[in-house]
Amino acid sequence: MGEHEAVVDWATDFDHTDDAWAADPFPIWDELRRTCPVAHSDRYGGVWLPTRHDDVRAIAYDTEHFTSRNVIVNEGRPIAPAPRGVAPPISSDPPFHQGARRLLLPAFAPQAIDALEASTREYCQSLVDDLQGRPVVDAAADYAQHIPVRVIANMLGLPQEDAELFRTFVTHVIEGVSLPVEQRVGGFVDLFDYLKAQIDDHITTPRDDLISFLLDAELEGVPLDANHVIGTIALLLIAGIDTTWSAIGASIFHLATTPADRQRLVAEPELLPVAMEELLRAYAPVTMARLVKHDFDFEGHTMKADEWVLLPFPAANRDPEQFEQADDVVIDREVNRHAAFGLGIHRCVGSHLARMELRVALEVWLAAFPAFHLADPDAVRWSGGQVRGPRSLPIAIG
Amino acid sequence: MRVHVDEQRCEGHGRCYAIAAGVFEPDDLGNSHERGDGTVDPALEHEARLAVANCPEHAIDIVEEP
Repeated sequence: MGEHEAVVDWATDFDHTDDAWAADPFPIWDELRRTCPVAHSDRYGGVWLPTRHDDVRAIAYDTEHFTSRNVIVNEGRPIAPAPRGVAPPISSDPPFHQGARRLLLPAFAPQAIDALEASTREYCQSLVDDLQGRPVVDAAADYAQHIPVRVIANMLGLPQEDAELFRTFVTHVIEGVSLPVEQRVGGFVDLFDYLKAQIDDHITTPRDDLISFLLDAELEGVPLDANHVIGTIALLLIAGIDTTWSAIGASIFHLATTPADRQRLVAEPELLPVAMEELLRAYAPVTMARLVKHDFDFEGHTMKADEWVLLPFPAANRDPEQFEQADDVVIDREVNRHAAFGLGIHRCVGSHLARMELRVALEVWLAAFPAFHLADPDAVRWSGGQVRGPRSLPIAIG
Repeated sequence: MRVHVDEQRCEGHGRCYAIAAGVFEPDDLGNSHERGDGTVDPALEHEARLAVANCPEHAIDIVEEP
């Protein structure tokens, strides 16, 4: 999306949307971790890239020097002011952040998510039923992408028929980062106009879903203002879709390319919870970002106010200082303190939902298709930028 | 052996109660708490230690009995 010069020197001029990063970021991160663990690029108005686990963690914890006002690196700078930001609570800073987050947590706590498992399983089953009999299926486009769209649309109370539109919004928000600011803002206007209409419909006809819940919610005795409600709905819609889609797709990719792990999971389905954490570690989809609040010295690097800092949790998860055999997928790895869902106060609100979707999606897939492999390795295409996962994944069944 | 979840550090990842459900439990927000006074049944010590070792926030302390 958008035009940008190909990267020649990753240490001084990196671009996380570069095709090389999308295709295979691991050697890039490994090299930077060894030679330039806090890299800087002038692109996007200045952006930093720490690749060591300890540095990623330190910045994730440091809400004094870094703001979450915008968490997606792009050519512009956020319009919505701190501490709320445009999409609370992901874009919010303390102390406002805590209340905005607390509102959402019960709906995404394990007890609430358990109640969604049966319907998710039924939906996954209907997807594989439709794929039965086809020699080649696209596990990303025909399977993985549909699952989170269905689940989050139901939770929010948005029409399933609009699924294609949601994917357009997601692609714009997450991948349209190199676009001129005007064009990028235009895409957000479309998203917010759509949500505004859905919210108005919920005001007229309240129902038992997250949109109606937010319309009724209060922070310290005061109803949420309209911008807060719409920003949070936008967040829940956008953040839940291509992240989980990526995790499901990457896991199927791994099993398609690693027969021993696939056979083991088919034979020992009870290993899946442990295996899943390892797949989340090794193929963590999400890189977050912060903005530097004011000029600040970080380990000898002068970070300037309003420069971006990428928080590549996937790179932290491959740090050999933190993990033995960091670059290997050890399918029964028992000690696995990975950071796929972030660290600190912005831990992914939807992590319990994402784990349920990933587990159910893999259980149903493996039960339906115990044997499969890549139909055409050259046809596999990964998204780049801050959410990495397979977008084209042709799988030969059998 | 006893365990204690530090509420300041716990961010509700839920790794501990997934690994050692007999030792930890989630509250309504998904944050974790040790069950009872945190005393670990000897039969659950291995999973309790695994839970501690998997906490992304290093939020669980082990209190060894003398």
